[in-house]
Amino acid sequence: MKILIVGGGMGGTILANNLARRLCSELKANKVRLTMLSASDKHMYQPGLLYVALGRAATDELYREQAGLLEPGIEFHVDPVEEFHLDKNHVKTKSGRTFSYDLIAIATGSRPVPEEIPGLAENSINVYTEEAALKFWKTISAFRGGRVVVTVGVPHKCPMIPPEVTFCLYDFFRDRGLADKVSFHYTYPIGRLHSLEPVGKWMQGEFDKRGITYETLFNIKKVDGAKKVVQSEEGSEANYDLLVAVPGHRGMEVIEKNNLGKGGWIPVDRNRLSIEGRQNAFALGDTTNIPISKAGSTAHFEAEALAENLAAIIKIGSPVRDYDGKVFCFIEAGKDKATYAMFNYNNPPDPKPPTKSVHWFKMAYNQLYWASARGLL
Amino acid sequence: MAERQVIDARGTFCPGPLMELIAAVKLASIGDEIEVLSTDAGSAADIPEWIQKVGHEMVSTSSESGVWHIVIRKTESRAKPRGEKT
Repeated sequence: MKILIVGGGMGGTILANNLARRLCSELKANKVRLTMLSASDKHMYQPGLLYVALGRAATDELYREQAGLLEPGIEFHVDPVEEFHLDKNHVKTKSGRTFSYDLIAIATGSRPVPEEIPGLAENSINVYTEEAALKFWKTISAFRGGRVVVTVGVPHKCPMIPPEVTFCLYDFFRDRGLADKVSFHYTYPIGRLHSLEPVGKWMQGEFDKRGITYETLFNIKKVDGAKKVVQSEEGSEANYDLLVAVPGHRGMEVIEKNNLGKGGWIPVDRNRLSIEGRQNAFALGDTTNIPISKAGSTAHFEAEALAENLAAIIKIGSPVRDYDGKVFCFIEAGKDKATYAMFNYNNPPDPKPPTKSVHWFKMAYNQLYWASARGLL
Repeated sequence: MAERQVIDARGTFCPGPLMELIAAVKLASIGDEIEVLSTDAGSAADIPEWIQKVGHEMVSTSSESGVWHIVIRKTESRAKPRGEKT
């Protein structure tokens, strides 16, 4: 039995390690072969980019060697897939190799696409890539005052970035003695300040206390860098001196090129994570079209459920559990306080007031992540 | 040829039915219809408000067994510039 995992991010890595432990005896007996194909030999802790952008972490702290994160018995190749032939149960890679499989899990993730909005990429800063985070840091450290506008594209990875980047930047400028020289204006695509209603209500109170203004139903249409104006699809405009973007995202190009899903999002069953119309092909993490948060914790909990099911398929012939929609997101509420939101398909979130202890737990998790990636936590 | 897409956002809290609809509209072609299934009663108000603002077309809204079925059609956006509010 051959299992192929495509993608070495959080979802793919946790899935591979969890499976390797569940199928330890089968792997030793050569009854199962577990292979991972990735585009990179490095693994990045993506949430750490926020701290790089704020000058609180160095980029090299965010990386580990991918091979070193994987359990023995997992075959790892830095050889990204270029062609998926799901009807024939094989893929073709950049190097020209063909990998066949009995079970496949696709976890190729997502990518920010600020270039899809005219003027956005060249006139804004964001925290979604290493290069962007460094540009963010250089820009904010040189900023001496003016109007900061936060603007949010759809869909975007990590739904907590809009409040986090706003609260953290607010504290950043206050600590630099610029509180009276910097104003904030926050915009959001839907009719409240956050997709999670209780988070939105909490943000509104915090924004009012800080004098942060806001506009809802604001979807970025274009940015005029010469006039320093961002325009919305809804017909409004916001003037800025510093434009902070949470850019819209797409799935990876290879998914679109292989016609696996519009926008690069693969349609899957929300509980079993099986690709529509297929019994032996699965997707997880940002790659799916499930209408839940595109977040590391989503990939993490999906990977645990899928690992249990794939192992069960091999051991007893059928899956044994459903993914219940579980998501857990920390929310940094400034430089030294945080809260969290936890929810699933049946239970809405009930975030508590931010505390220093949750912030420090988040800082600890930034290191504990590597245990999560190994499938230990 | 116009397509019809269904977004099953029942029981999902984040990003929520309207955000899912906005994402789908971005990828849709003019004339495509999108049906949103939602258990969030707020969607029945939020979605028509956004559709009206950006100038797409509301096709139908109905509720059945606690599930809202909201159908819209993508048109050329005809939103007019207006002043920002705070």
